[in-house]
Amino acid sequence: MNTTDTNPALNPAGTTDMTADSTSGNAGGATAPPRLEVTALSKTYGSGANAKCVIEDLTFTVNTGEVVCIVGPSGVGKTTLLKCLAGLQPATSGTAAIDGRTIAGPPPEMALVFQDYSRSLMPWLTVRKNVRLPLRHLHLPTQEMNQRIDTALEAVGLAHAANQYPWQLSGGMQQRVAIARALAYRPEILIMDEPFASVDAQTRFELEDLCLKIREDFGMTILVVTHDIDEAVYLSDRVVVLGSKPARVLDVIGIDLPAPRDQISTRSLPEFAEQRTTVLSMIRKPA
Amino acid sequence: MNRKLINWGLGIGTPLLLVAAWWAVSQNSTNTFFPPLATILERFQALWLFDHFGSDVLLSLRNLALGYALATVIGVGLGFVTALVPVVRWALDPLIHFFRGIPPVALVPIFISLIGFGIEMRLVSIILAALFPTLIATVDGIRSVDPSLKDVSAVYRLTRTEKLAQVYLPAAGPQIAAGMQVSLQVAFIVMIASEMLGASQGIGAMTLLAQQSFMTSDMWAGILLLGVIGFGANMLFELAKNKVLAWYVGSRRLAKS
Ligand SMILES: Nc1ncnc2c1ncn2[C@@H]1O[C@H](COP(=O)(O)OP(=O)(O)OP(=O)(O)O)[C@@H](O)[C@H]1O
Ligand SMILES: [Mg+2]
Repeated sequence: MNTTDTNPALNPAGTTDMTADSTSGNAGGATAPPRLEVTALSKTYGSGANAKCVIEDLTFTVNTGEVVCIVGPSGVGKTTLLKCLAGLQPATSGTAAIDGRTIAGPPPEMALVFQDYSRSLMPWLTVRKNVRLPLRHLHLPTQEMNQRIDTALEAVGLAHAANQYPWQLSGGMQQRVAIARALAYRPEILIMDEPFASVDAQTRFELEDLCLKIREDFGMTILVVTHDIDEAVYLSDRVVVLGSKPARVLDVIGIDLPAPRDQISTRSLPEFAEQRTTVLSMIRKPA
Repeated sequence: MNRKLINWGLGIGTPLLLVAAWWAVSQNSTNTFFPPLATILERFQALWLFDHFGSDVLLSLRNLALGYALATVIGVGLGFVTALVPVVRWALDPLIHFFRGIPPVALVPIFISLIGFGIEMRLVSIILAALFPTLIATVDGIRSVDPSLKDVSAVYRLTRTEKLAQVYLPAAGPQIAAGMQVSLQVAFIVMIASEMLGASQGIGAMTLLAQQSFMTSDMWAGILLLGVIGFGANMLFELAKNKVLAWYVGSRRLAKS
């Protein structure tokens, strides 16, 4: 099924028998259970005649410290999936679990950058206060809190806009505020829903590298939904390809590119083009 | 810049012009119902600034301020509870829908006939009548808080207090303020009406008494004072609103331009 796989540990689509044992010895290390585990997850909106099955029998895992990208056609149910993972929507059947614990409400170790970034910022708070809002109840020392905010705003290139209101900023800047808010929160698991959709190409490259850097610095586990296949290949350790409808996993493709990735050299590798073609043909293939 | 100056000029100039016109036209008036403005102003000064300031003006203002403040606090508080606690919502929803259809001023006679006219009762009728616009606006405002913001609050695990004070209250702020402005007008009307309909003290009572004893200048002076108070109260409200909701005013202005 998964012919191009170079990593033997990758579990192909639909294999529900993937246990901690079967992953042992892979790149992820010894016997660590998957950080994030989605098992036979289904989600149906509404009930009775209006019932709409958006996700059916979805299974995949994300290991600690991995970057995994989810690609799939528009409207397939990617946002719905993330809402189930974040504990915002209950699964109709199946489970999503962190370290083996089933997710029932928003998990403390997780942050989510919403697709609808402009509506996810508080218009009555300045950029700085928006970033600070989730930190207040963490009871950090003031100095550390301020330092986290400054670092996060600098990382997304918005230090100069700290005292402006979100509605005074462009769409791309608002999106970066939402990312800064998640970064300052320092989650162990960071989930982002098309986070770089409305920024310019240059900023996009910078944010992609930022994403890889925070994985290195903080050992974050990162799950990203994206429409951009190049981006998925560049960022990921693995790419989960979703097909419609209802959403199910078409394939999980291991991306075997050398470690410190670099926008120019990595993207010009022949392997990069190969992996890209693999993902693309999986998406184009009639389901 | 020029445009703004012209607008300001019109805003200040027009009322001044009208007052001047009133002054000129009424100057030699012998009509007992329309005494000269000069006479009215004289009576205004004599009546309100000295004789009855302590006994009547302060009393009316105190009733208005206290009644309105309590109505606002109770209205916003009850609005939060109604919008967020399902049991209360089921219990109060029909009542709120009923009152939503009635212009608040139409409630005045009900309260006055139900409650009577003692000083405490006047206060109670102000509170009850002014309560509803704020209550209804608060419930509406909280129910229409963007679900995305609720999701964000949940994901970042804001505490209950943070959700209420940092998310729901500001998000519903513009609607609550609109309700509070209506409440202010209602409180003012009920204050006057409750005094006119039976009290012997207060600006409303004095004004009605003047009318009944054919002291038209005194009546006009009373009406003038009420106008000034109403205008002043509304202006203070606008100032406070524009300060507290500066983010909203700013974002609206930006969205329009
Ligand atoms: N709260 C809801 N109630 C009912 N149906 C919903 C709800 N949310 C989403 N849907 C439906 O579920 C389907 C998947 O939506 P979702 O937003 O998850 O797609 P998506 O993959 O994120 O799309 P996009 O790539 O455009 O963001 C859509 O058909 C949508 O209409
Ligand atoms: Mg989506």
